[in-house]
This record gives sequence, C-alpha cells and structure tokens, in this order.
Amino acid sequence: MTKAKLTLGPVLFNWPVEKWRDFYFRMADEAPVDCVNLGEVVCSKRLPFFEPVIADVIERLQGAGKEVVLSTLALIMSKREMDIVRDITAMDDLRVEANDVSTATLLAGKPHSIGPFINVYNEGTLAFFAKNGATRVCLPVELSASTLSVLAKDAGPELEVLAFGRLPLAVSARCYHARAHDLSKDNCQFVCAEDPDGMELETLDGDAFLAVNGTQTLSYTCNNLIEELAQMRKMGINHFRLSPQDIDMVGVARAFRDVLDRNLSAVEGADVLEQLSGGLEFSNGYYYDLEGGRMVAAE
Amino acid sequence: MTLPPLELVCPAGTPAALRSAVDAGADCVYLGFRDETNARNFPGLNFNDKELAQGLDYAHARNAKVLVAINTFPEAGNSGPWHRAVDSAAALGADAVILADIGLLDYTATKHPDLRRHLSVQAAASNPEAIRFYVENFGVKRVVLPRVLTILEIAALNKQIQVETEVFVFGGLCVMAEGRCALSSYATGVSPNKNGACSPASHVHYEDEGDRLVSKLGDYTINAFQPNEAAGYPTLCKGRFVAAGKESYLFEEPTSLSLGSMLPELQAAGVTALKIEGRQRGRAYVAAVVQAFRKAVDAAHAGHTPPPMDLGNLSEGQQQTTGVYEKTWR
Repeated sequence: MTKAKLTLGPVLFNWPVEKWRDFYFRMADEAPVDCVNLGEVVCSKRLPFFEPVIADVIERLQGAGKEVVLSTLALIMSKREMDIVRDITAMDDLRVEANDVSTATLLAGKPHSIGPFINVYNEGTLAFFAKNGATRVCLPVELSASTLSVLAKDAGPELEVLAFGRLPLAVSARCYHARAHDLSKDNCQFVCAEDPDGMELETLDGDAFLAVNGTQTLSYTCNNLIEELAQMRKMGINHFRLSPQDIDMVGVARAFRDVLDRNLSAVEGADVLEQLSGGLEFSNGYYYDLEGGRMVAAE
Repeated sequence: MTLPPLELVCPAGTPAALRSAVDAGADCVYLGFRDETNARNFPGLNFNDKELAQGLDYAHARNAKVLVAINTFPEAGNSGPWHRAVDSAAALGADAVILADIGLLDYTATKHPDLRRHLSVQAAASNPEAIRFYVENFGVKRVVLPRVLTILEIAALNKQIQVETEVFVFGGLCVMAEGRCALSSYATGVSPNKNGACSPASHVHYEDEGDRLVSKLGDYTINAFQPNEAAGYPTLCKGRFVAAGKESYLFEEPTSLSLGSMLPELQAAGVTALKIEGRQRGRAYVAAVVQAFRKAVDAAHAGHTPPPMDLGNLSEGQQQTTGVYEKTWR
C-alpha cells in the first residue's frame, strides 16, 4: 500500500510573526508531516508581516526534509493582489497551490496543486485541472465519502483531503473582524490578530456556531477525520491535510501519523486529539453527507 | 460615441413570471430546470422542457432572449442531469446557458460549441486572469461578476478583459463570494453548490416563545424577534449573532441590493448587462421591479438621470443597500 502522506496546511489566522516563525520551526524539527503549505490565503494586508522571515522558514523546513508548497490567496480582487500571486507563480523552485482559478491559469503547463478553495466537485472538473498541469488536488470541504470515492477512482492527480482543523466555509470582500469592532476594512488595525483560532460567533441562544477570521468564515467546530482515515485509504486517498489551530499541532500530527502507521488505533488517536483539542469541538458531518457541523460516531 | 443601452436581465422562476418580465420590458429572462441543476432549486419553481419551449416562443416573439441557468456543480459520478439540462437547452434553442462548473463548461463547449455560454456568478470570477481562464478554455462570451467588486474595480477590470460583463443591480445579495460559501450546508446539509438551495425552507422553523419569536435554520438560531418586530426569513448570512461580546447582524442586515441610482456609473464602467435577482419572487414583484429598471435604463441611455425608484416595499426587511459597489461596505 502507498505510504500515506500528511500535509500541514497554511496558517489561516493572523499570528504574530514571531509566533508564526517559531511555529514552523517547531513543525520542521518535530512534526511527522511530509509537506508544509505556507503563505497568506485570507487577506493580502497581512502578507508584509511574515515576508521578512519566510525565507528562513522555508530553509528550515526543507532542511528537515519537508516538501514546501506555497499557498496563495483565495479571493483576488485588485491589481495589487493579482500581482502578488503572479510573482509567486513565476517562481520555479517551489510547488505552488492555487486557491483561485486565476492562479491555476498562471500555473498552466507546470506541475502545481489545486487548493480547497477551488470548486472541484466532480471528475470532469478534476480531469480538466489535470490536463492543465495539476498533480495534486486538495478537495473542497463539503464532499461526502461517496463523492470522494468516485473522485479517487479515476484520479490522475494525487488527492488530498482536509482531515483536521476548523473548516474554511466562506470568503468575502467584507471584513467581519473589522465590522465586529466597528472599524473599516481599510483601517482595520489588524484586529483579527486578537483571535489566533478565529473569533467565535454564537447564536442569540448562546450556541457556538462559526469562527470569523477577517474576510473568512470558518466553522466553530474542528473537522476531524482521524477515524475515517482507514476508509479513505481503501478508496485510494493517501494524503491528508492538517490545518493549523493554536494548539499542539506537533501532537496532532503525531496522532495522525501513528494512526496511519497503525501504531495507534483510530479510537486511540481520537482520544489523543480530544486531549490536545484545548476545548475545540469536533465535527465530521460532511464526510457522512450530513450537516458539516455534525459529529458522527465512526462505524 | 453613444454606448448601447444596458441590457436588462430579469428573473423568471415560473412561466407566469417569465411573461410578466417580458411584458414589463426585459431584454432577457433567465430561468432554470426543475431540479438540482440550478441555484434556485426551490419547491414550486422552475421549468420543464415543455414550459421552456413555450417560454422561448413567448420571449422570442417579443424580441426578448432566454438564458438557462445550469449553475450548480454536478455531483461526482452523476453528471447525467446536468448534461441533459445542457442538451435540452441547446435542443430547444435557448439563447445562452449560464454555467459555473468547469467540467460542465468543458462538456458544453465540446458538445454544443454553438450554444452561447455565460459564466455564472457562482464561478466567482473576480479578476482578469480568472476571466481569461474561462474565455480561453471554454469560449465564454459573458461573465456575471461576483458581488465582491466596487464600481471602480469593475471599471478597471473591464479595461483588461475582452468579454461582456453582467452585474447584479437589485434583489437579494450574497455577502460571501458566490459559489464559495458552505455556510448553508454546514447548518443544514443542503448545499447551494451541490443542491441549488441556500438556507432551504425545509430546514427553517419558527418557535413562538411568547415574549419572542425565534427563527431557526437546522439546529441554529438565526434570529429572534420581539412582538413588535417583523420576523424575517432566516437566511443564514442575514442573521443576528453574538461576536466580540455584542449582538449584531455581523455579516449583513436583512436588506436588498438596489443600484437604481448608479446606472450611469455602471454604464461608464463598461458593463454590458444588469441582472435582477429574484427567481423565487412572484410575478407582481417581477413586473414592478422590471418596469422600474426599464425606465431607469432608458433614461440612462438618453443621458438623463434615472428617476428615483420606489421599490423599498419590495425589499427584504424594507432596507436597501448599494452593497459592495461602494467601498465603504467592506
């Protein structure tokens, strides 16, 4: 059986640059992940913060034997943002992950990844991106097991599935972090930095519902497919993505690695994640073709 | 140089609404088949093949066009209904199909190269490179722009592309980039992208608690109303929530988009067509909105300031916004 791979997804939140750098340094040194995606996906205003350290981070990760993949913006609205992405796609030495169709155009003809913000719902779309040069596709959040199994059947590109982390549900031109603090987007004072796991949004009845990360809206619950890994591997899916939360992600990566390597049972792995979760609640509903926020007991 | 008048693209959820829109001066109507292949897959709406054929006859006899929206994302292993929808639209002589999925665009461009293709707002093509992708690969002739761009950005975009653009000017508004929002499926399991319905009525219920009326979508409270407040439909992104310690309509108030006063600016920005949202609306609504926009478009074309529109009572929550088209909205 193909050895399963783990990817650490890009940090979606606005972490202080030192924390961001140290996080990746620690992941380089300690986390049993094969690939690390990094780069700003949500808000182009945050990019300048970590530019000064990104070369050091890439060097440390590559030195530790990780494949580094550059993630790109999910929503591109201005010439400035387009130019940022154009520059990234022009680099030849690193794999780039497109999160908008525009970026896939710029990457046409060279091996690249398609990220979870591009709508790949069926084999026709998957085949088109394969023809365009995509060799790895991280699938969107709302696909069920039956869809995954169909896509895995005739997949040319390597398929990757989001297996851990708050689910990226929506992206907007509007910044809800700024709006929640009565600020304008242009003068946002980077209030999103106050919430390293996103700003929790509750219903009027006090039920936790969503998490706001600037222009992005995520689930309140943390997607967790550790107990579904074996089933996905049977389908032929061998690549799983862990999306960083402000918890012990080395521990999370070890739990997934141990379950994939059968050093832990899925149930034991789930218990480890429960202990590491720091109060995050888990969900896996999309996998079972249900509400994404539901947690279904694995068979 | 006189620009051609802006084309008015109007919703037809039913055959009656189609006739109302055409009679009220629509240049085009758009509609969908009665299944999950279109993004307004609601009970009691949409067309079968026979109704589409009749609608085409009615519209064409009055010099109006019919665009068929097949703008959800086909289910893996089950592309049949979507392919059949495209084949039917082509066979019946639709003036264009409005598509979002790349696999379906590929199918249509290959199987029906002469069938005009518009890119649905659900593809959320918000920049010149994305638009170039759809134009070069699938011969798309028009792009419906996502509601993420200001008028200034639309003007800048139109200078960089060689394809027609269509923008939403009235009706319900998505505040998230269209086709890239899974909020509804997170709460209900029903997905706009997969099933063609957002915040579906099948998952809505109201709980009368005496001192307040609670509206829910799935298990989640979307809003609660005092006895003196009008209770609105619980569209997820127009709900009242608590964040950063306070209650608010964090994503958007219950409001409708209305750009009636900005038509000259849209025309100057190089826009080809104006879209009115509302396939779920009745024919009286459609007639009133289309008539008002017909007058406004004709006035703008004649170089006059469009007359003020009195459509406030037709708007969600009786509120109107110019939305993202003005930068302060963000």
